[in-house]
Amino acid sequence: MAEIRIDKLRHSYMANPQSEDDYALKRLSLTWQDGGAYALLGPSGCGKTTLLNLISGLLTPTEGTISFNGRDVSHASPEERNIAQVFQFPVIYDTMTVYDNLAFPLRNRGVPEDEIKTRVGEIAEMLELTRTLNNRASGLTADGKQKISLGRGLVRSDVNVIMFDEPLTVIDPHLKWQLRSKLKELHLRTKRTMIYVTHDQTEALTFADQVVVMNQGEVVQSGTPIELFEMPQHTFVGHFIGSPGMNVLPCEVRGGRAVFGGEAISVGNGEKATGKGRTEIGVRPEFISLANSGIAAEVIRVADAGRFRIVETRSHGHLVKLLVKEGEQVPTGQTFLAFDPEHTQIYEDGWMAGARR
Amino acid sequence: MNKVVNNRAWWLVLPVFAMVLFNALLPLMTVVNYSLQETFGNNEFFWSGAIWFEQLLHDDQFHASLLRQIIFTSIVLVIQIPLGLAIALCMPRSGPWVSVCLVLLALPLLVPWNVVGSMWNIMALPDIGLLGKAINSLGIPYNYTRQPISAWFTVVLMDVWHWTSLVVLLCYAGLVAIPDAYYQAAKVDGAKPWAVFRYIQLPKLKHVLTIAILLRFMDSFMIYTEVIVLTGGGPGSTTKFLSIDLVQKALGGFDLGPAAAFSIVYFLIILLVSWLFYTLMMRDEAK
Repeated sequence: MAEIRIDKLRHSYMANPQSEDDYALKRLSLTWQDGGAYALLGPSGCGKTTLLNLISGLLTPTEGTISFNGRDVSHASPEERNIAQVFQFPVIYDTMTVYDNLAFPLRNRGVPEDEIKTRVGEIAEMLELTRTLNNRASGLTADGKQKISLGRGLVRSDVNVIMFDEPLTVIDPHLKWQLRSKLKELHLRTKRTMIYVTHDQTEALTFADQVVVMNQGEVVQSGTPIELFEMPQHTFVGHFIGSPGMNVLPCEVRGGRAVFGGEAISVGNGEKATGKGRTEIGVRPEFISLANSGIAAEVIRVADAGRFRIVETRSHGHLVKLLVKEGEQVPTGQTFLAFDPEHTQIYEDGWMAGARR
Repeated sequence: MNKVVNNRAWWLVLPVFAMVLFNALLPLMTVVNYSLQETFGNNEFFWSGAIWFEQLLHDDQFHASLLRQIIFTSIVLVIQIPLGLAIALCMPRSGPWVSVCLVLLALPLLVPWNVVGSMWNIMALPDIGLLGKAINSLGIPYNYTRQPISAWFTVVLMDVWHWTSLVVLLCYAGLVAIPDAYYQAAKVDGAKPWAVFRYIQLPKLKHVLTIAILLRFMDSFMIYTEVIVLTGGGPGSTTKFLSIDLVQKALGGFDLGPAAAFSIVYFLIILLVSWLFYTLMMRDEAK
């Protein structure tokens, strides 16, 4: 187990990277506490798997360092780093039984056979694999195989970190939920550092204490799920997290207030806004309500989403979505919208005004 | 659910049936026909029952060539399969050298079979051939037209040269198809190279290896052209394999009946061994 510190890390798949665009992972520094559950969240191709492979040692960084508990491991092999990784597609050793699969990492390290037996027994118990221990691993379903991959990581008691690279991609939807709660439970039980890479916000937000949102090779924001939801540091985070995503509307900044469609709107970070660059208001559908006066809008469509209804409106030529509780009256035609000032922010060139960059 | 049965579609398959009939079934049945009859020319045939088969199964010459054939095929398989696998493992997975390796390996497969025989025939000549001269100058007496050991050595070497590439290409295709995640997982699990081979590569290559062994078994069991050009079955009849024996019977002696019986037995042996082998290899799959 270890604290992971990433310092000015940068990586390019090219031999001689010239411009910033040549880097699959742009310069980044992060510290992850021992025993935490972290998620790397971002769209495909954002560099999250690159970062993961750099941490696990399958790739060597172009620049910067990675240290486990203060020890620089940037150039160490995966074996030396003592990490475990679960891949997108379940990797099992076809010819072995489930037991031998779980014992494999221990046998490679020369652990005595009786110790292996107790360890494998414990892990199989945790993963509910005890009944299939003597079966051939190749006969299992995808989720069973993925459990074995996970088990091979858990079976070593001294692993520094367990990493998951979109581990639920090939799992059936109804089992995804089960396996996800299993992961969470295992994290609470074993207190291992876990890093979970995904493009699925639900997986990231339910699994992790701390979510790192990445886009185009950069870390856009790192924070708890609540922070990401309430205070997106970048409009990208606002879009990417939440369903539906944050409304982003062009505005002007005048005297600490945002002006949208001729209407001055109170915002949370008004005094920090400089008014320079492209200025936008960001407000989540959850924090908009229907009102008797305020921002004029026209209701276009109402969609049912279970406990809420998603109301699509058009206001001054822009689409604004808001959530209305089930049972609440939704007017047709012209109406007015009110934005909750606490949760309405000004963004300048995409970044929240006043946010540290 | 109601299934619509439309048998008119069979008409579309008819051309294929016709082709199979003409190029496989009819010739085969002709052979079956010959194997059960006796003829003295003039297109007159007499029923002879299973006499040719009985005769063949008690024929010492047939036993000898069958034994030689089995030994030859075994040697060839024992050398070519591990060697092909080893070469495939050593080949680069990416980069410009891949195409170079593939072209070099494919070359022997592109040479016409009788040319392969002639090439080795000339190369192994003890007085002027590169190989023959080299071996003799090392002080080892070598003459493939006189010594059975030399002849066998040359025939086996020729077949290894000619056909190992096929095993390499099949294994290489199988190796390249293994996803990277397996190697990465093995690295993370701390597996040594031997364990990677034993638990990842070998199991993943099971299917291609099965195909490679089957193809090499069938081909080497039917070898004719290269050997007839190289040694003609000699010295004496020490490299007279089944197909050479068969051709001598059928064309040399014009014994249609015995030759037909020989063909059928030959065919059945190959069919039986291939089937047995395939079934054994695929037994686990069905579970």
